[in-house]
Amino acid sequence: MATDFSTRARPSASWKGEGDGVLLEVKGLKKHFPIVEGVLVQKATATVKAVDGVSFSIRKGETLGLVGESGCGKTTTGRCILQLERPTAGEVIFEGVDLSSLGHKELRTWRRKMQVIFQDPYSSLNPRMKIGDIIEEPMYVYGLPPDARGRRERVRELLSVCGLGARMADRYPHEMSGGQRQRVGIARALAMKPDFLVCDEPVSALDVSIQAQIVNLLEDLRQEFGLTYLFIAHDLSVVRHLCHRVAVMYLGRIVEMADCDALYENPRHPYTRALLSAVPVPDPEVEHGRSLEVIAGEVPSPINPPSGCVFHPRCPLAVDGCKTHIPALREITLGHWVACTEV
Amino acid sequence: MVQLLRIENLCTHFFTSAGVVKAVDGISYDVEEGETVAIVGESGCGKSVSALSILRLIPNPPGRIVQGSIRFNGQDILSLSDDEIRKVRGHKIGMIFQEPMTSLNPVLTIGLQLTETMELHLGLSRPEAGKRAVEYLRMVGISEPERRLRQYPHHLSGGMRQRVMIAMALCCEPKLIIADEPTTALDVTIQAQILELMKNLSRRMRVALIIITHNLGVVARYADRVNVMYAGRIIERGPAREIYARPSHPYTLGLLRSVPRLDRPRRERLDPIEGQPPDLSRLAAGCAFIPRCRFAVERCGAEYPPLESVEGAHYAACWKKDELLRLSVRAS
Repeated sequence: MATDFSTRARPSASWKGEGDGVLLEVKGLKKHFPIVEGVLVQKATATVKAVDGVSFSIRKGETLGLVGESGCGKTTTGRCILQLERPTAGEVIFEGVDLSSLGHKELRTWRRKMQVIFQDPYSSLNPRMKIGDIIEEPMYVYGLPPDARGRRERVRELLSVCGLGARMADRYPHEMSGGQRQRVGIARALAMKPDFLVCDEPVSALDVSIQAQIVNLLEDLRQEFGLTYLFIAHDLSVVRHLCHRVAVMYLGRIVEMADCDALYENPRHPYTRALLSAVPVPDPEVEHGRSLEVIAGEVPSPINPPSGCVFHPRCPLAVDGCKTHIPALREITLGHWVACTEV
Repeated sequence: MVQLLRIENLCTHFFTSAGVVKAVDGISYDVEEGETVAIVGESGCGKSVSALSILRLIPNPPGRIVQGSIRFNGQDILSLSDDEIRKVRGHKIGMIFQEPMTSLNPVLTIGLQLTETMELHLGLSRPEAGKRAVEYLRMVGISEPERRLRQYPHHLSGGMRQRVMIAMALCCEPKLIIADEPTTALDVTIQAQILELMKNLSRRMRVALIIITHNLGVVARYADRVNVMYAGRIIERGPAREIYARPSHPYTLGLLRSVPRLDRPRRERLDPIEGQPPDLSRLAAGCAFIPRCRFAVERCGAEYPPLESVEGAHYAACWKKDELLRLSVRAS
């Protein structure tokens, strides 16, 4: 595949290699899901290329935003990093070790270091367990700390870190609001003292006034515990606020990647431009002066993606070559990567 | 401008085993012909219930409109018989719901669902209605409309379904369309397509729009006037530009300050509204926003502040509204 840029040299200063504080590196990650038909004799009739050659790295203490519309493969990328899905191809190198080559037993020690916060605080907490038990469970599984009293002490500590009272430990999830539940999800993720958190749309299900509380909490925790985040979201405004660098995905591939402000102020890929232009700004004065670049059409099916550049059927800049040639990510200015031949 | 809809002191309560939930508790607003009015608020603030009340679509029991009046086009909606209100729904007032997945009937074809309303309300024959359906589907940007008419909702994507809903809302040439979170379930690029479509069509056909949303950006881009709701009441109202430039209720101010913005670089921290929205079955006498309010004074707990003019057509329900106005004028 032409987009498989895993073999490319690491060129720029902003894309620092291992030893320069890179915590996680993803190289040429692919995840294809077979579509199986038949009841007795099952046969794969097609494949969904959910993630199709994605490479990036995240430095320690950095927040990388992964944005895109539904079905672009951002969640699958997160799940592949956590090895909740085993990648079809590619490497996930965490602290120098390729996790995709490890077996289940070997992964156990690494799982502790990487945790996840899910989107839906309603379905990600067991409704039959008390909050305290939910937070304690990972500690119990790993026997850290080994004694029950120590674990309960830690539960109290985690609750207070996440802005919940110690009394909450005895409640059930249904007694809490969405924002409180998301705090529980964060406390549970922190229980193992991880280095790396995958935040999969952690604020999308929350109300506007509660979103800001959780966004602040995530930022405070990152600074306090030196955490590194992969922040998966479709809300581009939240991503601008929270992330240091941003990667934009479309149909299983990264189309643009840059430092946050560079990407927002000077988006280069036509998809990124359309995406940013589609988000309304909460200010009528600004809105009035903005030109809208509405792109026609919808995201094509990942079962049968368009040939060449997957964006070409909707692209205002498309030329004939786009139908056959898959553009590679290239660095147009320091640290600003674009997968488009026309910019 | 001609007044199309006037809602006065509307109260819709739900009588549940856990007590009376005052989902909508005395709201008044009006909509003029051809304008776009937004109702903004967070989940549970009563914005959807207030809209459903206009069409008398509140499930009874447990819900009931206990007070108030709704006048639409000179008609008193609340005194209409069931047969009469059925002639208003989908004919004079169209409705677009949030979930295009659940608001279309999955076992009927798109064509049948579109033509049914026209046969019923406009008295068209099936072939006539079919022709018109094709026209409207083309107008909302659906390709190969003849083929789509024979398809079922599950054949279409979310954005396409919402286009069908818009065609359905428009096909009887209503005077008013109520859109309840029309794009919340859609991706941003599709959201932009749908909202642009709604704006252009409503201008062209001079249909008034009530957009119910929690998205402050959508309001800023599309609304002429805004009603901000909190805990079942309208707490601020005015022309969109006024509200955004000079918010005069602490809740509106808080909302605008707490959202991260696409056009601004990273700040250190967001300025959130602390606490949670209140439980609508246990509201105290005074202002419902007190526990989260930075400006609360003693009077707020005792007396509910009336919705009064701050400046011209800009209204706010807060005892400290003048002080807040001065604050936001200085800030801008």
